Amino acid sequence: MSPVFLNTLEVILNGLMAGVMYSLVALGFVLIYKASGIFNYAQGVMALFAALTLVGLQTGQVPFSHLINAIFGTEVHHFGWELPALVAIVLTLGVMVIFAILVERLVLRHLVGQEPIILFMATIGLAYFMEGFGDLMWGSDIKKLDVGLPSGGSFWLEDVTRGWAAEGADYYGMYIDLLDVWAAIVATILVVSLTLFSQYTKTGRALRAVADDHQAALSVGIDLRTIWVITWAIAGFVALVAGVMWGAKSGVQFSLSLIALKALPVLMLGGFTSIPGAIVGGLIIGVGEKLFEYAIGPMLGGATENWFAYVLALLFLVFRPQGLFGEKIIERV
Amino acid sequence: MFYREAGDFKTNYADDSQTFPIAFDRKAYYAAMFVAFCVIPLVINSYWEKSVLVPFLVWSIAALGLNILTGYCGQVSLGTGGFMAVGAFAAYKLMTAFPELNIFFVVFLSGGITALVGIAFGLPSLRIKGFYLAVATLAAQFFLVWLFNKVPWFYNYSASGQITAPERTVFGVIVTGPNAPSWATYLFCLTILFLLAWGARNLTRGRIGRSWMAIRDMDIAAEIIGVDPLKAKLSAFGVSSFYIGVAGALFFASYLGAAEVTEAFGINQSFLVLFMIIIGGLGSIFGSFAGAAFMVLMPVALKNLLVGGLGWPTDIAAHLELTIVGALIIFFLIVEPHGLAQLWRLTKEKLRLWPFPY
Repeated sequence: MSPVFLNTLEVILNGLMAGVMYSLVALGFVLIYKASGIFNYAQGVMALFAALTLVGLQTGQVPFSHLINAIFGTEVHHFGWELPALVAIVLTLGVMVIFAILVERLVLRHLVGQEPIILFMATIGLAYFMEGFGDLMWGSDIKKLDVGLPSGGSFWLEDVTRGWAAEGADYYGMYIDLLDVWAAIVATILVVSLTLFSQYTKTGRALRAVADDHQAALSVGIDLRTIWVITWAIAGFVALVAGVMWGAKSGVQFSLSLIALKALPVLMLGGFTSIPGAIVGGLIIGVGEKLFEYAIGPMLGGATENWFAYVLALLFLVFRPQGLFGEKIIERV
Repeated sequence: MFYREAGDFKTNYADDSQTFPIAFDRKAYYAAMFVAFCVIPLVINSYWEKSVLVPFLVWSIAALGLNILTGYCGQVSLGTGGFMAVGAFAAYKLMTAFPELNIFFVVFLSGGITALVGIAFGLPSLRIKGFYLAVATLAAQFFLVWLFNKVPWFYNYSASGQITAPERTVFGVIVTGPNAPSWATYLFCLTILFLLAWGARNLTRGRIGRSWMAIRDMDIAAEIIGVDPLKAKLSAFGVSSFYIGVAGALFFASYLGAAEVTEAFGINQSFLVLFMIIIGGLGSIFGSFAGAAFMVLMPVALKNLLVGGLGWPTDIAAHLELTIVGALIIFFLIVEPHGLAQLWRLTKEKLRLWPFPY
């Protein structure tokens, strides 16, 4: 096989892996949108917040230490213990559930029946709030997240693929980050378990009923508020997974919250209401932007990844306004 | 007691359809214009100019623009930052290519160029609606910023990728660049804002404004009663982008003096302007001003209070500011989803009955 072909293959594989990461974030959006019709812009910041909390708990940081030090003139930073990754993850999950309850109590409950744009703005407000709050709580320095997942290139794959190239060719094997492979595996497990949950449990069935029709769900005795708390808690869980994966890859820092912006074109492509859409959309965007950057990017000066996904989604929407798997839009006067 | 229509007799159609039908409002408006044009320029200093007044004027223009598109025509846009960048770079290219051109022409021409770009990015709005459109406008935001970053022609091949405003004068007084006196930049921005606000007010209550509102309220019904959605939507995109482009040009030339595209015109600016019109009130000219004033003043006030008053480190103050901005936005949306303009309307209703509320 020629090196060009192998290089392209590598780009496609890496694109698929990146796409999985986008899908992870997009999944959280879809869950909340289906259950409550809210376009939750804060999903990316939730991922950042979850990752920050995880690191903070793991390394035993004192919450609000900067603020406390500034007000009282003390010098506290760490409790002096380190928690195992699994315990920290469970605790973070608890924090995300509390967060879900608070969001329902303090925000959503008061905004029932408002226009979608108002709800969207509220989630942007929420995103700003959490961004500031997370930084106040844990500090804004870049943190290293390590939950024991393997990372770095796979030597085995490098050796194998080098053997595929023609003898004497200028080719050194494929580079694929093990972390990406793990992310793909975790994402698959997540999607399968979410599907099983929504298909075979009572709560899952209630979730689907609410997604289908709020009023009908209410009339058969489903408590909307509980469902919203559960949805936001699940979205928090998905955010945690996304936060762990992205955080392990590039450190826990502010830019993590920007992955929400990456997930938006994925949603447009896949349709806001479809879980398979989020996955397929993520893969298309991931492969598309990597291939475009590889093939055409150098001609345009590089960094085309910033906008390619949006333009692709835009062009796509012009021909299919509801996305790949979205529900058909029916309009009546 | 003073706030009444009573005794103010309207004898012709022009009187009947004026912007401020109540005499007290009219007088307050003339008084405000007098203070803005004749008093403030005499007492302004550099601090007030740089941190409060000029940002307020510039953001008001941007908020007016976005309010025309989102508040009046119902098309949500997150591309404001990108369109402001178009205005800024158009102004820069015009200023450097035609040094003799009057700065007023430069500013309005950059608005015109932005309007063309806005119409081009508005085309998908004919097919895409709601959130899908909001996300689609992000394409404009990211693509435009990338374009101005990557194509050296736009920043005249300068090594840093920055654009710096050359000095331009009005009646012999410098109004752009870092050496302009405070009162001059203030008056320059104020004059343009005055013209644009007057235009916006009259556009939105005329034929075209009504067609925008019809599209906003229900586009299919509007189409059935004979409003052309193509014309209405594209004209809203065009007019809105014109305003935003002018705001971008002023933001760069008079306020910043030098700008780097990813920093000055990033996605955060898009959200900032969106917050302004939501907090101020969608579909209200007064709301655009109120929202801009609120979003400009609040960070300044907070910073003075926390850093100046309590002596906290600036990074904590910045984080706390974000938290408070977020919380306030949610608070406003819960308490008054129609913004400050609605509060103002309610106050006026109360005032007209005061002191006998029944």
